[in-house]
Amino acid sequence: MTDLSLSDQTIAGKTAPPSEARALRLPTQWLGVAPFFIFAIMFLILPTLYLMLGAFQNNDGEFTLENIAALAQPSIVAAYWISIKVSLASALIGAFAGLAIAIAIVRGGLPNWIRSATLTFSGVASNFAGVPLAFAFLATLGRLGLATVLLNTVFGLNIYAHGFNILSFWGLTLTYIYFQIPLMVVIITPAIDGLKKEWGEAAATLGATTTQYWRMVVIPVIWPSFLGTVILLFANAFGAIATAYALTGSSLNIVPILLYAQIRGDVLHNPHLGYAIAFGMIVITGLANVFYIWFRTRSERWLK
Amino acid sequence: MKTGRFWAWVVFGLGAAYFFIPLIATVEFSMRMRRGVYSFDAYQIVLGDPRFQATFGYSVLAALFTIILGVLIVVPAAYWIRLRLPQLRPIVEFITLLPLVIPAIVIVFGYIRMYGSNSPLPFLASDRGTDLLLVIGYATLALPYMYRAVDTGLRTIDVRTLTEAAQILGAGWGTIVTRVILPNVLIAVLSGAFLTFAIVIGEFTMASLLNRPAFGPYLQNIGANRAYEPAALAIIAFAITWGCMSLIQILSRFAPKSANRPN
Repeated sequence: MTDLSLSDQTIAGKTAPPSEARALRLPTQWLGVAPFFIFAIMFLILPTLYLMLGAFQNNDGEFTLENIAALAQPSIVAAYWISIKVSLASALIGAFAGLAIAIAIVRGGLPNWIRSATLTFSGVASNFAGVPLAFAFLATLGRLGLATVLLNTVFGLNIYAHGFNILSFWGLTLTYIYFQIPLMVVIITPAIDGLKKEWGEAAATLGATTTQYWRMVVIPVIWPSFLGTVILLFANAFGAIATAYALTGSSLNIVPILLYAQIRGDVLHNPHLGYAIAFGMIVITGLANVFYIWFRTRSERWLK
Repeated sequence: MKTGRFWAWVVFGLGAAYFFIPLIATVEFSMRMRRGVYSFDAYQIVLGDPRFQATFGYSVLAALFTIILGVLIVVPAAYWIRLRLPQLRPIVEFITLLPLVIPAIVIVFGYIRMYGSNSPLPFLASDRGTDLLLVIGYATLALPYMYRAVDTGLRTIDVRTLTEAAQILGAGWGTIVTRVILPNVLIAVLSGAFLTFAIVIGEFTMASLLNRPAFGPYLQNIGANRAYEPAALAIIAFAITWGCMSLIQILSRFAPKSANRPN
């Protein structure tokens, strides 16, 4: 064996003293991943850092906290608040509905084709977002939409007279749920599949009732991955703009729409305030994802 | 168990209603253009619109370039990390998750400020440069999906043995990646490619802020100015998404399930 296999080479490279052998290998070692890292640094990390640094600078490039402080003005706070409300409401409703559907198709004793059909449809619907989704909901719940008209003519219920409006908090939330529920179904179904049959049998052997089994076995096991997915759904809704913009124009002032208007026309009359808004968005979705990763690692202990 | 099955049907029925009513309503609305009868007029008008053809063609092209760029960046990196640099895996996985953390609008805002006409790398100074920047932006959006698809594909083949065998036969690195590794993960790469296509084809934020004549901004424009055409476009977009996802499912049947020797 004169020719060492590749795995042996890397081990040899690690155990051998770091002399010229390693110095010679380094450039080629990194060549394969170089395009990836150059791309990520240039087009993902640097642009984000640029904005984050800009959030702490004034027009002359000096350090300041004024931009961050300026986020406290009522119109911007209101934008953040409505964004957080819509994202949270759509994440929670989407998560519970998605969980219910996932449990129904995995555990509910429904025919097998329903499970595969639901999962396929969820894959499609979770990617059916953006402008076309807004069109679909305008055609359904807009003033002339099918559901609006049918409710009015068949049940005599004029939802618009009762204060409903598709261009509102509930209208937007109801629309976002259309991609939030399927996303929940896609992510949580494996977790429910991961509930081992033996646990149910063990619980039954020990004399547990169905309620006890759910309360003391099922819920604790899927809780971390459920919570983690809620957070993912939150971040998913928080950064979305196309659906809201096509649905409401700029009548519902959520953060991404405010930032969009700021990028297009500096409506806030301070370019660095735009950086601060972007910074705030990254902080919120970043925090959400830190929690997500934390919950995810906790849940993986059980689902392996 | 009887009551359990009953509730399962109730949940499924409610879900099906929520998901199908908007689709039915949209189809119905899209056919209402001619007064009193159902017709496909809205579809005819949309499909015959030269701006539809131009923007759709532009977005298809952008999606193809995005896929090529994504493959060029992801495949060598994922391969090399499996083969030689497993210690980099956590870093790379973290980076590929970043586009889910940083909203697209923030990424493109960064591009506009960093690569403007007066910057050292003036992508935005020319139309071609802006096109390239759009494709780059799309590639970052697709990065999480592309990386995961390729990495899953690599997990099912024995990367090390294949590489060694190719080396013994005298193949260089370029040959190994393009003629040994890539064909073996082709199905995974294609899955990632179709998902990328579904994401990119109607993308609005980046195309709109970079002022490119893409399909997403066109959709938004039609939505703001027309009544029945948007519904027809929504159905077309749904069909495209459906098509991409079906192709992924069909492809997954051809994918190898596991490696002979896990690595």
